[in-house]
Amino acid sequence: MSDNILCVKGLKVTYSVGTARIRAVDDATFDIPKGSIVGLVGESGCGKTTVARALTRVMAKAAGFEGGEMLFDGVDLLGLSEADMNKLRWRDIAFIPQSAMNSLDPVYTIEKQLNEVLIQRGGMNRREARARAEELFDMVGIDPRRLGDYPHQFSGGMRQRVAIALALALNPKLIIADEPVTALDVIVQRQILDTLKSLQERLGLSVILVTHDISVVAYVCDRIVVMYAGRVVESGDTETVLTQPFHPYTMGLYNAFPDLQSSEGLLTPIEGHPPDLSDPPDGCRFAPRCPFAQTPCSTQNPTLVEVGSRHVSACLRVDEAQQLREQAAQTQTWMGAI
Amino acid sequence: MTSAQGKAVTSTPSPVIAVEDIRKHFAVGSPIAAAMRRKSVVVKAIDGVNFTLNKGESVGLLGESGCGKTTMGRMLLKLDEPSEGRILFEGDDLATMQGPALRAYRARAQMIFQNPFEALNPRFTIAQSMDEPLSNANIAKAERADRIRKAMDLVHLPDPAQFLERYPHQMSGGQLQRVVMARALILEPTFVVADEPVSMLDVSVRAGILNLFREVRDNMGLTAIYISHDLALVRYVCERTIVMYLGCIVEDGPTEEIVKNPMHPYTKALVAAVPVPHPAQSHAPLPIKAGAPDARNPPSGCRLRDRCPHAFDRCAIEEPKATRIGARKVHCHLFD
Repeated sequence: MSDNILCVKGLKVTYSVGTARIRAVDDATFDIPKGSIVGLVGESGCGKTTVARALTRVMAKAAGFEGGEMLFDGVDLLGLSEADMNKLRWRDIAFIPQSAMNSLDPVYTIEKQLNEVLIQRGGMNRREARARAEELFDMVGIDPRRLGDYPHQFSGGMRQRVAIALALALNPKLIIADEPVTALDVIVQRQILDTLKSLQERLGLSVILVTHDISVVAYVCDRIVVMYAGRVVESGDTETVLTQPFHPYTMGLYNAFPDLQSSEGLLTPIEGHPPDLSDPPDGCRFAPRCPFAQTPCSTQNPTLVEVGSRHVSACLRVDEAQQLREQAAQTQTWMGAI
Repeated sequence: MTSAQGKAVTSTPSPVIAVEDIRKHFAVGSPIAAAMRRKSVVVKAIDGVNFTLNKGESVGLLGESGCGKTTMGRMLLKLDEPSEGRILFEGDDLATMQGPALRAYRARAQMIFQNPFEALNPRFTIAQSMDEPLSNANIAKAERADRIRKAMDLVHLPDPAQFLERYPHQMSGGQLQRVVMARALILEPTFVVADEPVSMLDVSVRAGILNLFREVRDNMGLTAIYISHDLALVRYVCERTIVMYLGCIVEDGPTEEIVKNPMHPYTKALVAAVPVPHPAQSHAPLPIKAGAPDARNPPSGCRLRDRCPHAFDRCAIEEPKATRIGARKVHCHLFD
């Protein structure tokens, strides 16, 4: 366990909206090995952003922890006082929010915003802060002469680089990046991912990359955690999970993705839509959309079981995975599941 | 679903749409600021674009944000007027179209919008939204319910009774996008422009909409423009692709050829940059220099030259013209 920077166990986060209680994250369990990039993937509403925010304990007012553990370097983040947690932020755990455009204050220069972190949080003096700011700009590939510029003077891709520089400011151990390349064009996206990957390797960082795009995960992540309707349904090494998936949802997600390298095949949608989390179905949450669902699936709650080396999946039919994979590759399997 | 694919190709291709040296320039900023800088601040969103669309052809308009692809789509539907040049629909100039001819064009050419959550009036039921284009086109009341039911069938929203009295917020994104498509198709258009129709949808739902798009296009024999920044999606729905960069076309040709053997340096970088959903993929540096294109201040000559690894003297002086290579047109001095 000591080679994990983070172990999340049975995490539950609930949003209270009026009288409704929406269990956005319901028993999420996964590990982040030290020095790896882990992709947290799933569709909108699956709870991936909520997990990312929960790890920093900066959440919407309506959100509350209902249970679980988040062990960061062996320390449960949920047990820390707010003051202690605050000490960890930026220094040990840094967060890159979904849209870099919104995370930068438009009325201050970038240098001023970096100084806020470097001087107030990092305790540096002005000269040290300036030197570090220049170093950070170099690292993310921006000319340090542009430190005095305002956010609007940068393009979207450059602002994303600035957001990465900010996150790196105090040498954190873990960076959580929420959809860092989603709003960017493919060429810029590729360049940002390359920068992130090379920094991660050079600095030995651990990174959680929240994304809906499994091709981004395939490109840059060592491991993948697949979420569906508030739960982790499968996790493991990227290569294994994408080539030998054990959970039908992972199989379906893969089928639905256009692949520029493959010869032309028909994309297969997963019929239906995710469940309403204020009233989730019993048993497996994917069962209503799953072409392989059987009677026990709608009553029995599948737990994560080991299916390979550091590879887990939560499906009652994991033992038949090989056979299900073959069927899942056929388009007609997914037609009329509902 | 695939069996209908061959249908779209008709015998003698005659252009449905002809775009002739189109330019669209937007003046930005206040006139006073422009006067003080003593140079006009003009964004050349489209700067000399030529292409034709044959009947039944699906063409992808591919490019990064700001390349002019959405502006192009809007002008094709006469939602924006070009600053220079002409767009001909079946030989008629859109600029001079008015009265009944324009009304007829509005029915025959339709837009499928990007964001299904915003494309429908939240205060209208689905039935009301579907009725609006019919009433605008003066379709008799008696006929409308039937037309609505047919359009809903077309997009696989069976049992319309279940959906018609709902409001948009009561439906999922995938269902809404189907309604948006049904609404665009209800007047039986011959030409559609789809502007990133799946970019707001989840992956598992996206495939269904793309398949639907292919199906209705083939069954109705539609001529279609599919605007996207995603080559993998364009490849899935379009046999031909036009790649744009900073208001100009850089490459135009069969999609498979462009994917397998891109010729223009920009297209090469674009193809190399698309990630694929499996771990075996190239991590080689992209063959293009970093940097964002600036539409306010594009470089002289070839617009890519400041990012292009092959740029030479001539690229700064002369704008590259289209060079025909097989079924393709490439705008690059390396090829002319």
